[in-house]
Amino acid sequence: MMTDVINPPITVPGSAGGIRVPDVHDGHDGRPHEHHGPSGILKWLTTTDHKIIGLSYMITSLALFYVAGIMALGIRVQLATPDGSFVSFQQYNELFTMHGSLMLYLFAGPFAFGGLANYIIPLQVGAPDMAFPRLNALSYWLYLTGSITMLLGFIVAGGAADFGWVAYAPLSSSIFTPGAGADVWIMALALTGFSAIFTGVNLVGTIFYLRAPGMTMFRMPIFTWNMLVTGILILIAFPVLTSALIMLFCDRHFGTHIYDVVGCTTLANPGVTTPSACGSPVLWQNLFWFFGHPEVYILALPYFGIATEIIPVFSRKPVFGYKGMVFATMSIAALSTGVWAHHMFTTGVVLLPFFSLLSLLIAVPTGIKFFNWIGTMWRGQLQFKTPMLFCIGFLLAFLMGGVTGVMLAAPPIDFFTHDTYFVVAHFHQVLFGTAVFAGFAGLYFWYPKMFGRMLNDHLGKWHFWLMFIGFWVTFMPQYIVGLKGMPRRVATYPSDLGWQGYNIISTVGAFIIAASFAVLLVNLWISWRRPVPAGDNPWDGHALEWFTTSPPPHHNFTHLPPIRSERPTWDYNHPDHPALHHGPKPPSGPRGDGGGERERVPVG
Amino acid sequence: MAGPVTPTSNFSAGFDSVGAVEPPEPDAPSARPITGLNRHRLPKLRSRWWVAGAAAAAGLALTGCQIPSFGAYRGDTTQGQDAFKLWQGFFIAGAAVFLLVFFLIIWAVIRYRRRANTIPAQTQYHTLFEIVYTVVPVIFVLILFGFTFVTENEVDAVTTKQVTVNVTAFQWGWEFQYPNYDVKVLGVETQNPAMVIPANQQVRIYLRSADVVHGFYVPQFNFSRYAQPGVTNQFNLDVIHPGTYRGQCTQFCGLYHSLMFFQVKAVTPDQFHAWIEHQQSSTTTSGTVGQAKKHAGSASAGYGTATTTVGTTVRTTTSVGSATTLGGA
Repeated sequence: MMTDVINPPITVPGSAGGIRVPDVHDGHDGRPHEHHGPSGILKWLTTTDHKIIGLSYMITSLALFYVAGIMALGIRVQLATPDGSFVSFQQYNELFTMHGSLMLYLFAGPFAFGGLANYIIPLQVGAPDMAFPRLNALSYWLYLTGSITMLLGFIVAGGAADFGWVAYAPLSSSIFTPGAGADVWIMALALTGFSAIFTGVNLVGTIFYLRAPGMTMFRMPIFTWNMLVTGILILIAFPVLTSALIMLFCDRHFGTHIYDVVGCTTLANPGVTTPSACGSPVLWQNLFWFFGHPEVYILALPYFGIATEIIPVFSRKPVFGYKGMVFATMSIAALSTGVWAHHMFTTGVVLLPFFSLLSLLIAVPTGIKFFNWIGTMWRGQLQFKTPMLFCIGFLLAFLMGGVTGVMLAAPPIDFFTHDTYFVVAHFHQVLFGTAVFAGFAGLYFWYPKMFGRMLNDHLGKWHFWLMFIGFWVTFMPQYIVGLKGMPRRVATYPSDLGWQGYNIISTVGAFIIAASFAVLLVNLWISWRRPVPAGDNPWDGHALEWFTTSPPPHHNFTHLPPIRSERPTWDYNHPDHPALHHGPKPPSGPRGDGGGERERVPVG
Repeated sequence: MAGPVTPTSNFSAGFDSVGAVEPPEPDAPSARPITGLNRHRLPKLRSRWWVAGAAAAAGLALTGCQIPSFGAYRGDTTQGQDAFKLWQGFFIAGAAVFLLVFFLIIWAVIRYRRRANTIPAQTQYHTLFEIVYTVVPVIFVLILFGFTFVTENEVDAVTTKQVTVNVTAFQWGWEFQYPNYDVKVLGVETQNPAMVIPANQQVRIYLRSADVVHGFYVPQFNFSRYAQPGVTNQFNLDVIHPGTYRGQCTQFCGLYHSLMFFQVKAVTPDQFHAWIEHQQSSTTTSGTVGQAKKHAGSASAGYGTATTTVGTTVRTTTSVGSATTLGGA
């Protein structure tokens, strides 16, 4: 039985009405008292507390988000005029490479699985910490080192990496991109790649082995479920990227020919597609996207999970179709490992129908999620606090990005939209919709838990509306200009094609988004200068994290409520309102593993 | 994990054991009217949507070419027109789905705003619903895939050819070589070289790259394909009407990626052969990729001064070949 192996190692006898967890301050378990440890910067450097590590992750990734956002503004200024001279071609290429690299590798993923998940998952499963606290600390330091390494690219001779965040071979070879910037970029990703793998191990280990008594798999909150699946996807995808990068490094420095065609004779033989004894640039694309597409869902699933936590709370209902949600997440993850070549439709060397069908099929579990989110709101009591507003923004943004994603899954349509601004608009709507809308929903939602103080709801709504308007103003014109044929990653464009108007609108939108993030900074500043106490459960939350104090004590819980559903805190506060099941009656009576009786027994 | 687990079934058992208040039965009177409505009303609403959608689609289909282009080019090759029709279908399907879900979200947001501090029915599952919104999208996706499959085979078909052009992309320009005529046109960056092909004929392109990955993209043909080292891609471009079509590299290929323009001049077969003969008699037409790369090097070096006038410079064709002799063809 799963519950037999999940008992946390700490306990105290004689508790009733739930589980009492020993106060670590007692020092009963032989650990030093918390306040006897180091403090200040030394505490931060030596901590293995998932909450401090999670906060460090969030602060670092948010800082990088702002840096990458400023780069995006530079890109938009350059494109506001056809012959923009804000930056040179070289600088422009570095800008969009680093914008993409920072946003995708260093913000969107780490913010979710290193930051929010690190902080929230142990709380949601009722664990005192992550499964491997020291590995967790190592993850963060590798991530911070990798991030600094990547930014150092700007100060090496020749400038930062300038081959796009996908680093297609052979453009990324030492012949076409000499210089240390590219090497620094590769090493930075190898470091953060290991960091991600370790975090994946930690997430999977924590969720499998550190759940509190009663927290069966199907009582885990959806955010926890999604982080479990994300952790598994990380373990599938990131080793591939890291190895591909190491091979690229070997190509650049040790004379291997894995991704290049040195010595091949293809030009002399029209129609000959695979010369013998040659490296293959397409191999890089295959390896990269075998990482890259699961990566898209590594970036998306945590944020789906965040939305699935927030929408029920502000609808005052359980998540609709809980199990369907779980299986939809698993389906997305499974399908995501078989769709990588939809980034390669125009290479002419992939099996179009296979990758097209699987890509289209992802729309089904994603659609299930949409209907479940709507079903959760249906006949609810919706309250539009800032986190909920951001979730509605997420739904609409991701809906638009998802619909255009289905279009792109058809190779004949991809042929004329690939590498144009249509694709730029699509993936920004998807990634901005998830990582930014849902990500900041999560920030507003859990900030009171993390700091025991509220963010100002009024300013939060300003943040939302500015961002929401800026989002549509920025990205909708890019669909149109993409269909007109504007390629991505161009620093200039002809002035006689009518593209400038759309680009100006897009640039204006980008500055509206930037303004919204200035509002967030003001909001954070106010919450520090004039704190408004949050209390333990300001939103009437559902999951376990709302049962403990804000912020939680050193090892998270002094006692736990009985866990009988995926909403233990709600059940505790609203015993008269359990979830209802319509349709075939579920089997009644206690479960075979004796769940009802076990929880009365002190664990350990 | 033993047996099916449902939160509801374990809920009461759990609360019993800790002496909490007994929760009401799932079918408590307070919940029944709402859920009853829920169950009967919404499937009807949904079927109405489908009927409306089907009627709209049928109406659009009957109007034939009146369907708007939804922002895309209608396609100036036979392949491009096929892709365009698929785009129209996908756009209509996508718009229908978008509007349906958008309406549901907005309806929920407006209709179910919190008006009183009460707790609504805690509905968590509705099996019929869940089956419907799983099965219907699967069918929907399979239909879309069917159309996609047919269209991609049409677009990618390389069965016949009347004229062959070997296209080689390089940093940062294009070479168009006509193997049957020993004619070659090449140009770098701002030279905007022209690929001259006959309209209304099956033109086979063999696409390769001399260095990094490039993208051969002609927006009005609704088509692009990578030019990759180590791979020779082939496809047909069967242009319908004579005309000049702009093309550009789409796959980022280094410093002057933004300037890697070319054009496709589709002319009548007579004009095409006249042009070929003119090229064959001219001594300036031939050039190699090696020479072009030297040229590219010098052009890159001199480019710093030209950046501010990209818009006009790219229009000033100074092709290495004499594609411009066609004039207004």
